[in-house]
Amino acid sequence: MTTTDASTLSQVEEPKVRRSRGRGALLVRRFARNRLALVGLGILVLLLVGAYVLPSFLPWSYTQNDWNALGVAPNASHPFGTNHPGVDMLALTMRGLQKSLVIGLVGGPLTTAVAALVGASAGYFGGWVDRILMWILELMLVVPSFLLLAIIAPRLSHGTWLIFVVVLAAFGWMITARVVRSMTQTLKDREYVLAARYMGVNPMVIIVRHILPNVASILIVDATIQVGAIVLSETGLSYFGFGIQPPDVSLGTLISDGEPDATTSPWMFFFPAGFLILMGLCTAFIGDGLRDAFDPTAAGAKARVKKAKGSSDQEPMVELASTSIVVEEGTAS
Amino acid sequence: MGRFLLRRAVNYLILVFLAATMTYFIAGTALEPIVNYLSKHPQPPMATIHNLLRAQNLDPNTPIVVRYWHWLTGVLQGNFGLTYNGDSVAAEMGRRIFVSTELLFLATIISAVSGVAFGAWNALRQYRPSDKASTVISYAILATPTVVIAVTLQTFDNWMGSPIQYIDLYDPSAHGAVAIVLSNLEHLILPTLTLWLIQVTLFSRFQRSTMLDVLQADYLRTARAKGLTYRQAVLRHGLRTAVIPVMPLLVYNIILLFTGATFTEIIFGWHGMGEWLVTSIQNNDVNATAAIGVFTAGLVLVAGLVSDLVYAALDPRVRA
Repeated sequence: MTTTDASTLSQVEEPKVRRSRGRGALLVRRFARNRLALVGLGILVLLLVGAYVLPSFLPWSYTQNDWNALGVAPNASHPFGTNHPGVDMLALTMRGLQKSLVIGLVGGPLTTAVAALVGASAGYFGGWVDRILMWILELMLVVPSFLLLAIIAPRLSHGTWLIFVVVLAAFGWMITARVVRSMTQTLKDREYVLAARYMGVNPMVIIVRHILPNVASILIVDATIQVGAIVLSETGLSYFGFGIQPPDVSLGTLISDGEPDATTSPWMFFFPAGFLILMGLCTAFIGDGLRDAFDPTAAGAKARVKKAKGSSDQEPMVELASTSIVVEEGTAS
Repeated sequence: MGRFLLRRAVNYLILVFLAATMTYFIAGTALEPIVNYLSKHPQPPMATIHNLLRAQNLDPNTPIVVRYWHWLTGVLQGNFGLTYNGDSVAAEMGRRIFVSTELLFLATIISAVSGVAFGAWNALRQYRPSDKASTVISYAILATPTVVIAVTLQTFDNWMGSPIQYIDLYDPSAHGAVAIVLSNLEHLILPTLTLWLIQVTLFSRFQRSTMLDVLQADYLRTARAKGLTYRQAVLRHGLRTAVIPVMPLLVYNIILLFTGATFTEIIFGWHGMGEWLVTSIQNNDVNATAAIGVFTAGLVLVAGLVSDLVYAALDPRVRA
């Protein structure tokens, strides 16, 4: 521990130009200290590369049917087996993984962006803007979101997943927005914000340039957590046929297709399900590592100090970073 | 306190009204009950279809605002209209609330108690192997969709030679009240386990982090200093304080589970509120969907008020 402290100190004393780079390096180092987060990042990159590169090396594509192997168990030519129409499960799973990854990686940050914009505007402008935005927020919390998503999503998206992602994001921003709002309220009377305001800077520019960078840490962590949340709600909706529509394939639709045969032909269900869980685990670990990196006072950082004193355990601690799972879970059991 | 609660209640009531209205308008315009008749063989004449739909306040030729007004005046008198196959929505809802209650009663009590206990225990044993293992396992469970948890349990059960039956409410071949009740209890095991796994993970993670904050507090040291044993101090001064912030989460989750146990109910064949939420949409059943919208919004209202009350009961600072 002492070595890291010393190197941080020396970086602080370095000239200004180097200092901004020093912060980035410090974050990277703190992130790398959390071994689970590193593993998570590694696996996620592997999944991303695998989902896009692997299919071109496979003998079967996800649109081809192997008429000589209908619903066979994993074997040499079909490592993940095939489903009833004889489509290679490995090719299908990779195709579904592509879609689920894209949905998560686009939808998560999008949800956070909406939350940041609404929360910061409400906190910064205060007064009527605040009251109206908070009121909309409360209404969105009362509205039966799963019900409305199930009605709206398939009719609005007509098979285009991008609109589907936007709809998912529209129902997931509320809790984060509330956190951003309360943080903005403490930031808006800082000198640099006041100075910008008295110089006549456009309020939206102040929000983007001065408020949001100061809550960036929580936004980045939240974006990672939202990735998992979005993927889970996509799976849930797709399971009932309200989500991704055929011919598109996602892990959610694969899980839904494989569910009736899970006990007799487990490969049709458990391969897509396994990849989904792996993906969710990775994002959770990454979010955890990011939170530790941005917030050295968090439990993870304390853990290492304690360990340095005595215990021989070297495995880094993880702590649930998510408050946003709460609401999702209420409607997704 | 009373005035505060009253103002909250009025605010919630307005929100519930708006949420229900929104649900009705969205369901009324997006769902197409006419499809139910068009797909019939032989297909009834169009005039008959429209007459039938008009009788149920579902005719797409009637402006949505008029239909809404008709629906609203009915709801205010306790009449939620008819389902797509002609039953009373209110009666169906009553039956399904009963089924959901039976499914959720045990599951919620067990998960709330064990979640709090398990979280506190993990906090006391922070950084020990048991705590680390349960942390990683909780991440895995939170990343797993309910469908996968439920189906995995079913698959395990089948591999073990089906010691536990799980399809529908009870074994249809069971005779006599005692046999039916026992069979019913057996059929509760797997769905309860599914719900418990998810809820206990969520609750224990939160309980763990609030408990960790409390364990560092000065008043716990003071309690030790005045002569309490560690156990007494942790239970009486630590756990009691640490439970307070978890309470709203517990209350909201448990109450919203009434329409939220969708996956569990469908996979295990329990015909409760959660299942209805999905089937009503699949059947283009506008009246049922709207009724579920009212019910869910009402649940949020109840959850908000109950969590305020529980908070006030536990935290003396709010009561003042």
